Parts: sequence; C-alpha cells; structure tokens
Amino acid sequence: MNSPVQGKSIGASATPIAAPDFGLYNYLVCLKGVLVREGLRFLNQRERFISSLVRPLLWLFIFAAGFRQVLGVSIIPPYKTYVLYEVYITPGLCGMILLFSGMQSSLSMVYDREMGNMRTLLVSPFPRWFLLVSKLLAGVVVSIAQVYVFLAIAWFWDVKAPPVGYLMVLPALFLAGLMLGALGLLLSSLIKQLENFAGVMNFVIFPMYFASPALYPLWRVQESSPLLHKICQLNPFTYAVELIRFAFYGQIEWTSLAVVIGFTAIFLAAAIIAYDPSRGLVIRKQDAGGNG
Amino acid sequence: MQQMTVLDQTNGTAALDVAAVSHSYGPKKALDTVSFAIAPGTFTVLLGLNGAGKTTLFSLISHLYDTRQGSIRIFGHDVTRASGEALRRLGIVFQARTLDLDLSVHQNLSYHASLHGIGAREARKRIAAVLETVDMAGRLNDKARSLSGGQMRRVEIARALLHRPHLLLLDEATVGLDVQSRAGILADIRRLVRSEGISAFWATHLIDEVEDSDHVVVLAEGTVVADGVVSDVVRAANANNIGEAFSKLVRKAPAAQGATA
Repeated sequence: MNSPVQGKSIGASATPIAAPDFGLYNYLVCLKGVLVREGLRFLNQRERFISSLVRPLLWLFIFAAGFRQVLGVSIIPPYKTYVLYEVYITPGLCGMILLFSGMQSSLSMVYDREMGNMRTLLVSPFPRWFLLVSKLLAGVVVSIAQVYVFLAIAWFWDVKAPPVGYLMVLPALFLAGLMLGALGLLLSSLIKQLENFAGVMNFVIFPMYFASPALYPLWRVQESSPLLHKICQLNPFTYAVELIRFAFYGQIEWTSLAVVIGFTAIFLAAAIIAYDPSRGLVIRKQDAGGNG
Repeated sequence: MQQMTVLDQTNGTAALDVAAVSHSYGPKKALDTVSFAIAPGTFTVLLGLNGAGKTTLFSLISHLYDTRQGSIRIFGHDVTRASGEALRRLGIVFQARTLDLDLSVHQNLSYHASLHGIGAREARKRIAAVLETVDMAGRLNDKARSLSGGQMRRVEIARALLHRPHLLLLDEATVGLDVQSRAGILADIRRLVRSEGISAFWATHLIDEVEDSDHVVVLAEGTVVADGVVSDVVRAANANNIGEAFSKLVRKAPAAQGATA
C-alpha cells in the first residue's frame, strides 16, 4: 500500500464507553414509532387506501352478483344453511385485502430501499429482527383496518356475518395478515428492483388467490381438476381464507391455524435471515447505494 | 453546572477505529486492507474520487453490510459483534436523500427518535433543539417535500444529531447543493465539533471542503493512500497544497498502476 502518511494509534484499544441498555419501554417506543409512521404513510397515500377497497368491492358488487347463479355453493362447514355467494366469498375478499396489503408492504420496502429510506430503519441500534417484526406488525395493523372498512361497506350491502363474528375474526385476520406480511417481507429481500414487482403480481398474488377456496369451495375444484385441488391444498393462502371463514362463525379451524402459524414462522425466519447483514441476501442484491 | 461535552465522556477511546478492512462485491474489490483511526472531537475528512470506496466504507461502519475482513470499532464497540452499542453512538447523513417526503419535518424526526427508543416528550424537546441548531426551527410542520435540497440536508443533519451521537458520519453531505448551502452546512458541522466535542467523519471529493488543520484520510481505488493532518500529507506528497497532493496520491494509487481489479 502506498501510504506516505499514516495516522498514529488513537487509544483504539481503550475500554468501550458504556451506555444504559434499552429496556422494554424503549422497545415499545420503537414499535409505536414504526406503527405511527406506517399509519401516516397510509393516510397520506389516499389512492392506496381507495384502491385497496375498490378491488374487493368490485369482486363483491359485480363479480359475485354475476356469478351467483353459476357458482352454486352447497352447505359446507362452517355454514349451516345455504348462503349467498356474496357471503361465501367475503372471507376470501378479506384474505385478498391482506394478501395485497402484504405485497404492498413488500413493494414499499423495495421502494424504501431504492430511495434510501430503508437505511434509516436498518441503522437503528435495535436488533434487526425486532425492527422487521415491528415493520411487519405495522403493516398488519394497517391491513386489518382496511378489512374492517370493507366489512362495514359489505354490511350495508346486506352481506353480514353473525355480530360476534366481527370480533372473533380479528385474531384470524391478525394471524393471516402476519403470514402474508411475512411473505411480503421475504419477497422484498428477494426483489432487486421496483420494476420486478410486476412479477410478484403474476407469480405470487394471482396464483395464490385463484388456487384457493376464496372464490369457490375446494370440492368444486376437486371435481374439475384433482391436480389443481392438490395445488390448492399446498397453498398457504387456502388456510388463511379458511381460518378467517370459520372465525366469522366463532369456530377455529385447527388445521388452518397450525398451517398459518407454521408458514408465518418460516416466512419470518427466512426474511430475518435475508435481512441479516452477515448472512442475508440483501447485501448481495443491494449496491453500495452511492457512487463514492 | 457546567455541561459535559461528548469529548469529556470518551476517555481517550478512538471515535472510530478501522483495522485492516477489506470488502468485495463479487470479484470486484471495493476496499483493500483499509486501516485508520479517528480521534474523539475532531473533524476528519475522507477524501476520495467517485468510486474510491467511500460509500462502501460508510455502509460497513453503519453496519448496513457486515464487516467480513478486518474490524471496525466505534468508541471501542465492534460494529459487527456489538452493533447496537456501536450504532447508538453513530449519527449518519447518507449521500442519498432519506427523508420521507410525504411526512412533515416533525414526523420524520419523531420517527427517527422512536428508532432510538426516545419517548415522545423527550423527542419533542430534542427536535426543537436540533432544528434550532441547524436553523430550521420554523419548518417543523412543513412537509419534507416542500423543502429545498439544502433545507432537506439540514433536516437530515438535525435527525442525525437527535439521539446525541458521539460520531457523525456524513457521506457527500453537500452533493447537489449550491455554494452557499454547502458552505453553511460545512460551517455548521465544524461548529458542532468545536462546541459539542462531536467527532465528524466527512466524506467528500471536493478539495475546497478541506482545511489545513483537518485530519484527512485519502482513499483511492479502495486503499488508504494517505492518513494524517493536511499539512503532513501535503509535505509527504511533496506538493504545494492539498489539491496537488490529492492528485499525486490518486495517480499513485495501486489500481491506477494496474495493481488491483
């Protein structure tokens, strides 16, 4: 190395300066900050809010009305009587909001990374897993708020669940939102550029949505294509929809609960690893972020 | 009661100690065995052309990337092994603009305060104080989008100061600004170093931002080619001023001679 002048050692081996550790209060402050920021961003982006509602409402008002007579639904659990097709697809549309919202979070993280905002989060002294979980929770809270606004509009359209169902569905929405948000988080670590997000729409969102019982019961799918039925059974979104559907009627679908929790753990662990600077994928995918 | 400056709390530990750090992007070596140290309470310039490795070095110091070869310590805390402790002492102004344009100045700073575990009441006090420091107190409720480039930079500096760091990293902080804004921001940082005892590590490729009394680290093609007080660097390079010394040092860099990728 050509080094005409080298600085002298400046107490490099001296004792580190201690500072008080973060306590529970500080962690809660951090979590609240991330939640507030995500909420403010959402409120500031009215188009995002409106489009998140328009999508499921179009399905409810137009698609369901048109297909009501074509797609008959027999009495299957948790329903004890015949139900309107609009009622049948409402849990799936709740899942659709969570799915799109999870992917929207993914998009926003890729955007933040490209714009540099992500760095302000990643250089926080809190553990990175905690920052990512905070970000995930913030996204889930925002998406659950969207679901309830949708359910309120659906109520006026006479698409109603038992009153207690609106409370019982909350934990199901939370768990399903966590799973789909964690998937979004993982995808955001894999997507190199914003432009690649169209691929997510085509290869993740639509296949997950259509290969599920969101729009038609799985027995119907089995009748028409056993292979597609198998694919639906492997799709984690299937279980998110069923968890929500049963919760509307005060029931727990245990298989769905287990699958949703399991996939949440897998997606979240993978996302945390991907964002870990020592092991992750982001380091390899992201450029230095400057030209210096 | 006399207020303690950051300098009083550091016990002579190096503000930043970079030891034999190398980093590659695939086959391309961005940093090659980089070593230097920064004393507490000093203004140090990291001087290098575009592509010299400054931003990579800053990404390693701020733990955006893991240091795989060598070590980096901030006031004695290893950035990889004790990243939380190290990052708490570090304030960063990134080269790219990192304010959330849809949020107000206050909301941007509050968010940063929460990322450092600072509660709302304390954050309000600190936000008022740091905005006063950078002469932006009147823009508290303005959307970041409505600010000029220089004003955004001032808010980013205020944000970097909010958690009372001991070491401030500024990566090309004046890039894209007019001459007046550049001079103002540079003067503000130098004043902070003098009055608060903060250490500042200022990355730039602009020679006119370097003063004779500064400690300068010259980076060229990923290697440190000079490290010392400006006058010593000029003398060692057998030059008349830092600009001439910089040109000579960069020409002599290993890659310029085909030694590295």
